[in-house]
Amino acid sequence: MELFQYPYMQRALIGALIIGLAAPALGIYLVQRRLALIGDGLGHVALTGVGAGLLFNRSPVLAAVIAASLGAIMIELVRARGRTSGDLALALLFYGGIAGGVMLVGLSDSTSASLHAYLFGSLSTISPADLTTIVVLGVAILVTMLALYPALFAIGHDEEYARVSGLPVRALNLLLAVATAVTVTIAMRAVGVLLISALMVVPVAAAQQVTRGFRSTMTAAMALGLFAAGSGVYVAANADTAPGASVVLMAIASFAVIALGGVGWRTLRRRRVAAPGTPAVEPHEVVLSQS
Amino acid sequence: MTTPVITVTHAAMGYEGRTVLRDVSLTVAAGEVVAVLGANGSGKSTLIRAVLGLVPLSSGSVALFDRPGRRFRQWHRIGYVPQRLGASGGVPATVREVVAAGRLARRGILRPPGRADRMAVATALAAVGLADRTSDPVSTLSGGQQQRVLIARALAGEPDLLILDEPTAGVDAASQEAFAGALKEFVAGGGTVLLVAHELGPLRPLISRAVVVHAGGIVHDGPVPEPAGHHADPDHDHVHPHGPNEPAGLWSA
Repeated sequence: MELFQYPYMQRALIGALIIGLAAPALGIYLVQRRLALIGDGLGHVALTGVGAGLLFNRSPVLAAVIAASLGAIMIELVRARGRTSGDLALALLFYGGIAGGVMLVGLSDSTSASLHAYLFGSLSTISPADLTTIVVLGVAILVTMLALYPALFAIGHDEEYARVSGLPVRALNLLLAVATAVTVTIAMRAVGVLLISALMVVPVAAAQQVTRGFRSTMTAAMALGLFAAGSGVYVAANADTAPGASVVLMAIASFAVIALGGVGWRTLRRRRVAAPGTPAVEPHEVVLSQS
Repeated sequence: MTTPVITVTHAAMGYEGRTVLRDVSLTVAAGEVVAVLGANGSGKSTLIRAVLGLVPLSSGSVALFDRPGRRFRQWHRIGYVPQRLGASGGVPATVREVVAAGRLARRGILRPPGRADRMAVATALAAVGLADRTSDPVSTLSGGQQQRVLIARALAGEPDLLILDEPTAGVDAASQEAFAGALKEFVAGGGTVLLVAHELGPLRPLISRAVVVHAGGIVHDGPVPEPAGHHADPDHDHVHPHGPNEPAGLWSA
């Protein structure tokens, strides 16, 4: 434990905990919309921002926020217009993003070590200024996601109904896109571009193995995110492993434990109670969609 | 009975050059229960989607509660029941959570739900006979029960106008009855209803007027037409073969 007396370890822990809490709070809306991998793609785009920041000697994190936000807005506009060509547009954006990032970092004077730090995260090199950015943006994301819970849930569940309810659907979708970009960028310091999506998605996936509703899934996912971040940093500090990878592996381990536990619990319950017959599935009678 | 709730004037609409609606005019007054009937592909669903502003008109206009569609903001006065719950999302949601979304139009997006909201949700769930399923995930309900959840969601907002898209299509008899009961209560309370239907079933006694859409135009506006031909046969169970354009499988040309 004495490692945590060092300020850099304290910063690493606080940064990881904030991200562990904020990433699943946002990620649940992405999973609900079946956009679980969007964070991964935006991480690629953010890398171009990092490269541009390093090349022009500006803050790489700020440049990454801008690049990822622009990418997120473009993706949302493509998605809103029609889903058919969406995945190709995404692919272009993502691979363009990572290629641009690698090229720009190469053009700058930085060593490959700094690229490595952004690809895989570098919690232990978080400066006090970095930590302030992470805390301010992380708390802002968290508050926004909790405050807008009913509206974001309704849009993710049934976008047309939300429009007929008079919700500002387009504005809220853009907000979610930009919030995703910001979360990706701050999480980049902790777990790296290549592992970002894990923190947004894995705790949600783990939670919903046993939850029945949206709110309970969200609460459980945030608790799991917090646990994975805390235990991951602890393991990394003591076993001298990469913090980002340790955090993600702790999240995946909790998924495995919960999934196995859930299967076991359901089997037990089924044996105890003779399962009542489930209602028969009704056949479709008419054309189900005409849009 | 004189206030127009819905006014559609010379509306036309098409997708990619194919005309779906041409020169449709329709007025629904307060307290009316209007059924839009027609075959698959006649444009009846498009008509109500145009009323809701979900599809843009190529010409003509729609007014809701005497306000032009574009300037209409009183969305809490409308309860919309889509044909089916879309593809279930990636995260489970309970029945109560889905129905609670029906309060958003009334409450606004930032105000947390209060006692009145919880009461309205509970009342709506009781009205469709699902009060004992509130904490169950929606995905565990049967198709008919899911349809009742959508109706409860619309009723929870305490609307003046209900707009329903094929509410009874593929719904079991128990759910159809529960649904007809909830609708009857709504109409008795002074509500107005516009619904699209393929067949009316237990809803038939509630309907005050029928509009028949054929090939994008209104061909009948008046009393509910009697079923004709084999449709009139009491044993006719109204199963339609699928359209010829329906793809047979993922890899079929």
